[in-house]
Amino acid sequence: MTDQSQPSTTRRGFIKAGLATGGAIAAGGAANAAEPDPLITEIQPWAQGLGDGVDAVPYGLPIEYEDDVIRRNVEWLTADTISSINFTPIHALDGTITPQGCAFERHHSGAIELRKQDYRLMINGLVDRPLIFTYEDLERFPRENRVYFCECAANSGMEWAGAQLNGAQFTHGMIHNMEYSGVPLRTLLEEAGVQTEGKWIYVEGADASSNGRSIPLEKAMDDVLVAFKANGEALRKEHGYPVRLVVPGWEGNLWVKWLRRIEVTPQAIQSREETSKYTDTLADGTSRKWTWEMDAKSVITSPSPQSPITHGPGPLVITGLAWSGRGAIERVDVTIDGGKTWQTARLAQPGQDKAISRFYLDIEWDGSEMFLQSRAVDSTGYVQPTKDQLREVRGLNSIYHNNGIQTWWVNGNGEAENVEIS
Amino acid sequence: MSKFRNLVIGTALVGTLTAAPAFAEKFGLGRPALPEEIAAWNVDVAPDGTGLPEGSGSVEDGERLFSDNCAVCHGEFAEGVGNWPKLAGGEGTLDHEDPLKTVGSYWPYLSTAWDYVHRSMPFGGAQSLSVDEVYAITAYILYSNYLVEEDFVLSNENFLDVEMPNADGFIVDDREEAEAHFWNAEPCMEDCKDSVEITMRAAVLDVTPEEETDEVATEQEEITAAADTQEAAAPVAAPDPELVAAGEKVFRQCASCHQIGEDAKHRVGPVLNGVVGRKVAQAEGFRYSPALQEAGEEGMVWDHETLDAYLESPRDVIKRGRMSFQGLRKDEDREAVIAYLRSFN
Repeated sequence: MTDQSQPSTTRRGFIKAGLATGGAIAAGGAANAAEPDPLITEIQPWAQGLGDGVDAVPYGLPIEYEDDVIRRNVEWLTADTISSINFTPIHALDGTITPQGCAFERHHSGAIELRKQDYRLMINGLVDRPLIFTYEDLERFPRENRVYFCECAANSGMEWAGAQLNGAQFTHGMIHNMEYSGVPLRTLLEEAGVQTEGKWIYVEGADASSNGRSIPLEKAMDDVLVAFKANGEALRKEHGYPVRLVVPGWEGNLWVKWLRRIEVTPQAIQSREETSKYTDTLADGTSRKWTWEMDAKSVITSPSPQSPITHGPGPLVITGLAWSGRGAIERVDVTIDGGKTWQTARLAQPGQDKAISRFYLDIEWDGSEMFLQSRAVDSTGYVQPTKDQLREVRGLNSIYHNNGIQTWWVNGNGEAENVEIS
Repeated sequence: MSKFRNLVIGTALVGTLTAAPAFAEKFGLGRPALPEEIAAWNVDVAPDGTGLPEGSGSVEDGERLFSDNCAVCHGEFAEGVGNWPKLAGGEGTLDHEDPLKTVGSYWPYLSTAWDYVHRSMPFGGAQSLSVDEVYAITAYILYSNYLVEEDFVLSNENFLDVEMPNADGFIVDDREEAEAHFWNAEPCMEDCKDSVEITMRAAVLDVTPEEETDEVATEQEEITAAADTQEAAAPVAAPDPELVAAGEKVFRQCASCHQIGEDAKHRVGPVLNGVVGRKVAQAEGFRYSPALQEAGEEGMVWDHETLDAYLESPRDVIKRGRMSFQGLRKDEDREAVIAYLRSFN
């Protein structure tokens, strides 16, 4: 901690290119051009020759210039990529919908390949009629379209003890937000006829881990979806093709992929995933269980360590994401001075229930250092706490549900670093 | 109208169940689950023992089974290998910094351990253990946590008698009470603090994954290009690309323990680059089991025939080897995976 004069991110190759030009064009606003721009005065190859015909790529991928907008893994986190997690490149995205191709993955025994024709969904347990549905059957029930975020309970979990990973992708990237098409779980349960002794459902996937979880019947009959499309197209293999569970506002581990069975039970099964994992240990050694809701949270995605300011002083768009598992985002406040004063940011659209909101704060940056933070308020009146406020209640060993306020320290060059401040 | 049509189809399928009064409001989709189907999938076990099948297994048998099936990741004494989960130890650490959460120190219910081993273990060979084997392995895990004696036999009869040390260590989510002050607080907007000091920096730890720099990328491209040239010059018949592609899929079963290719590293098992046709136990820097080392010293070679037999049933070839893999039963899978391995020679 000797030299703290400059945030140090220069070892990061992907930032270098952008920063090289950062200082030079520092004038901001409309700088006068010294010479005509050859990109304009000379005829460029793309303006003369021809581009690809249709069908050159039957299913399109992002253009090669965007090849750094990808999911990334933190290798030291887990023993093996088969039972692991990677992170959505939120620092490079805008809007609210996460493209499936870069939405984070979490597997417990690898992403399996299950054909629609091999797909079966069983409903059993405390029901009048234990049933088997094929994929085709599911498509014949009335369906809904809903946008929801899915956040892993461990998102920001590496930051409990202090600032650790340098990038919004790594600190907050275990989240995606998609539009799902699917059948309300309630419809399927009513089809089977839930008996009065049924208080819980136990859901499991078709993969080797099965990732079984118990969910109270009340939630199951409320807003849970059995989804087969995301953002208009089939779910990706890594997100549970052909069918996954969508449990709005609740931790991602409950969103069982390759969903194969729903058992109505009188009690929680207390599976591995709801006892040994996804329980939050407090300072005194006792642990909270059934911490399903994801509390209100926000993060500035740009500027951030992977998305530095490269244009120098002048107009600057500060933007980020906010969400709450308990309702809609009502308001997001942003500070550039580490929390001395706050301004209410502009929401791109009114907050939607249990879905991501995009916020913007458009400022005139004077080129001095900033301590950027954002603070979300949801429709239940919950105000996103600081990390220290969370630690006061929970200690340092909770792992899960870290929704504390994030700080980016931006220096005069526009480089940002993950820090914690007083 | 369409509902009525569905109802007719449903009635035909459901047969005797049509008497249910609420049925008219339903869609009549799906078909009744058969008892055999429910039995095949409905294997979860609840804390009160619901779902637990009849059977038993001893610590003694469990020790052998654990060594064969689990120790490769979890260690001979359930102490864990590398980043894989530790299953034993950690008693009294839950209120310490970095608590060690194991079956003994943390898990509140024994049913959870039995259910998970039965359903999802061993990693890459789920549901290959018999009911009695699961009882035995569970008994051994208890023993390795000093919760039972070495002559203990676990069964469905005495299952609920086992006391789990952290059974009372959990409370139901109390955030709405314990963290009530996070609600309805009117957040400060002006003059909220006097000074701002940095208390922690991510750059100091420097654990963020690095991006590949341009120089490294170029270097690697050059190496790849050189390798390509060499390959083109080699007279050996290349494996059939379709078979290699099929083998790549089969290899996923191996990938939980083995890496192959350019950046492959030793994991639970050794890197497999160049293994086909090579003497046994030759991957540099990997600690082989004594059994495999011996076989290598005796001149055993991973030729097509030996590999095929090993992949079909590892322990029929290397009796006391550490590779806990149930084997590839299909000839074509073994053929494909060998072709895939060869493509890295």
